[in-house]
Amino acid sequence: MKSENPEPGPKYYLRIELYHRLVHGVLMASFLGLAATGMPLRFGQSTWAIELTRAVGGFGTVLVLHKIFAFLLTLCFLLHVGYIFYLAFVRGEIGVFWGPTSTVPQPKDFLEMFQHFRWFFAMGPKPQFGRFTYWEKFDYWAVFWGMAIIGTSGYVMWFSSFFGKFLPGWLFNIALLIHADEALLAVWFIFTIHFFNSHLRPEKFPIDLVIFTGRVSEEELQKERPAEFERLSGEGTLEAIQASAPPLWLKNLGRLIGFSVIVVGFLLFGLTLLAFLSE
Amino acid sequence: MDSKDASGLYRTILMKPGKHLLRSSIFIIALFLFPALAEPQTVSQEVCLSCHGAPGLQKVRQGKSVSLHVEAEKFSRSVHAPLGCAVCHSDAAKIPHASELKPVQCAACHGNTLQAYAQSVHGKASAKGDGDAATCSDCHGRHDILRTKDPNSQVYPLNLPRTCGACHGDPELARRHRIPVTNAYQLYMDSIHGRALTKSGLLVAANCVSCHGSHGIRPSNDPESKVYRTTIPATCGNCHAGIHTDYFEGVHGRSVKAGSQVAPVCIDCHTAHEIRRVEMEAWKLEIVRECGSCHRESLRTYRDTFHGQVTSLGFARVARCSDCHGSHRILPASDRASSVAPVNLVSTCKKCHPEANENFVRFLPHADPSDKQKNPGLYYAARFMDSLLVGVFLFFGIHTSLWMFRSTMAGWRRKPPDEREEPVEPDKENGDEERKP
Repeated sequence: MKSENPEPGPKYYLRIELYHRLVHGVLMASFLGLAATGMPLRFGQSTWAIELTRAVGGFGTVLVLHKIFAFLLTLCFLLHVGYIFYLAFVRGEIGVFWGPTSTVPQPKDFLEMFQHFRWFFAMGPKPQFGRFTYWEKFDYWAVFWGMAIIGTSGYVMWFSSFFGKFLPGWLFNIALLIHADEALLAVWFIFTIHFFNSHLRPEKFPIDLVIFTGRVSEEELQKERPAEFERLSGEGTLEAIQASAPPLWLKNLGRLIGFSVIVVGFLLFGLTLLAFLSE
Repeated sequence: MDSKDASGLYRTILMKPGKHLLRSSIFIIALFLFPALAEPQTVSQEVCLSCHGAPGLQKVRQGKSVSLHVEAEKFSRSVHAPLGCAVCHSDAAKIPHASELKPVQCAACHGNTLQAYAQSVHGKASAKGDGDAATCSDCHGRHDILRTKDPNSQVYPLNLPRTCGACHGDPELARRHRIPVTNAYQLYMDSIHGRALTKSGLLVAANCVSCHGSHGIRPSNDPESKVYRTTIPATCGNCHAGIHTDYFEGVHGRSVKAGSQVAPVCIDCHTAHEIRRVEMEAWKLEIVRECGSCHRESLRTYRDTFHGQVTSLGFARVARCSDCHGSHRILPASDRASSVAPVNLVSTCKKCHPEANENFVRFLPHADPSDKQKNPGLYYAARFMDSLLVGVFLFFGIHTSLWMFRSTMAGWRRKPPDEREEPVEPDKENGDEERKP
């Protein structure tokens, strides 16, 4: 790696803005909270579920907590959607919907997935990933779809008296089924696939701190997202996002939060899997 | 008790062999009314007590010391006090009496009671020589027998459980005699009946005798027993008359009346000895499982709903079986009077959901996602969610496994110098290994 910069030490670039990191933090906390307060109900026959509910202070408390976390997550969702609309229609950055910086799947994502599979079998080089890889886009849309479907079904059940005025009662049955199954899918996906793809694979193990620090080194950017590096260099915007090295306290805070979440996530994954298999 | 024993009884009373029954009876009544009549043939109570009144008087029988002491004070208060000693201990009417007296025969006076006792589980066991089986004195006492209504009597309602519990609170004894309930006394004392009796001192609270009878107690598998399966509703109904009526109007009661041996009777839900308050959370939750022990499919589908999940977690705040179906007077949905009949659904749901309407009650409290005919919407939603779950994890399971494998291999094979990690050259690694030993 040759650096044009005469300064010593690697260069860092801002990859995730503070706003997004904060929203992700609230998302993470509310997701964990929802999983911890929702899964006991889904697996109500398990000892751990019963004990956990008792420890928290009973089902009434669990339900209240679940609704608080649900409200927080809804807030995240609305903040994010609002932000997208602000970007697109106030700042006129239509690129948020299509192009190299968009999270919307592009033809090149399918190509990169194919190339990635070829690389898995050592049949070709690693794809030239851009700002968002295809698995990151899947994560994004999975969470987006998940929030929409779990949220909608959740609110239908929460305000069943209201919705019962114009919806047939059997929709509540479907709402619970979708709510629970989609939640299980989300919990298992995040606590296995997302953990692995973003943190636990050998290149990142044990944790990728970028979601906490927001910064990547030039070397990392070049190696992992060559297309993005090319684009930024070509546009000449690379300098604009140059940042200082992440401070140690931030890295440690990230590690503390990250490892805690991974431990809690694995625990929930293990318990729910065990309960699922013994059903 | 056979005829040989019975004739022996009269012998005992009259001290003359082979006398006529009528004459014996008259004599006994006469003895009761005029104790003095016995005078010429018996020694007085004072004479008996001159020896037996001494505390510590005892003898050794079959290697065990047996007290011969009679507490004069207690005897004087007993219901039998006017009879004196010799009516029961006829062979001690003259002194010196034999060193070994015959057992006292209560049936000489209490003939009807003995008949019932002889048919009872205790009487039969006793006739077989079972020393553990309760005899008259085990429940009523010996020299201190009081009237049943006397608060100090061993068989006074408030004292009775303790008396029965002397044996039926002993698990060891229960095992020895294969009595299915090994700790009936302990269970009863904790039950709503036991508490009503001990804590509130209610004479009307059911005690052992209320359900099992007294002298004619029969085992529960005896069709003559008060606690025989299909007789239980009538036995409980002696006190719980209103419930009795409701129960026999409901499906379970009707089945029992029609001769069903499997339809639930009172004790299946409420248990026999450990009957608890129905307001207790634990009982409320157990009862759901109890219904499900017959209605398996209904319990399974109930557990898939919010109601079922919450009760499974241990909280009875939501609808349980009885909240919708009723408890004693359960009627099929086809009956217009049933709480789950279509015409009554709105009012039944309204008990918890005040805003329930015709739309709302189309909720399926026993939804089965695998039933395509009944619940097509739920069926297809479930199939879609299943496919999504399987699809996502199949794809990403393979994707992640391949990635893991490839990255690990890549990491092992070559560590390019521009990797962030400390470059480890193969020869250096070898060098380390060589240095180790």
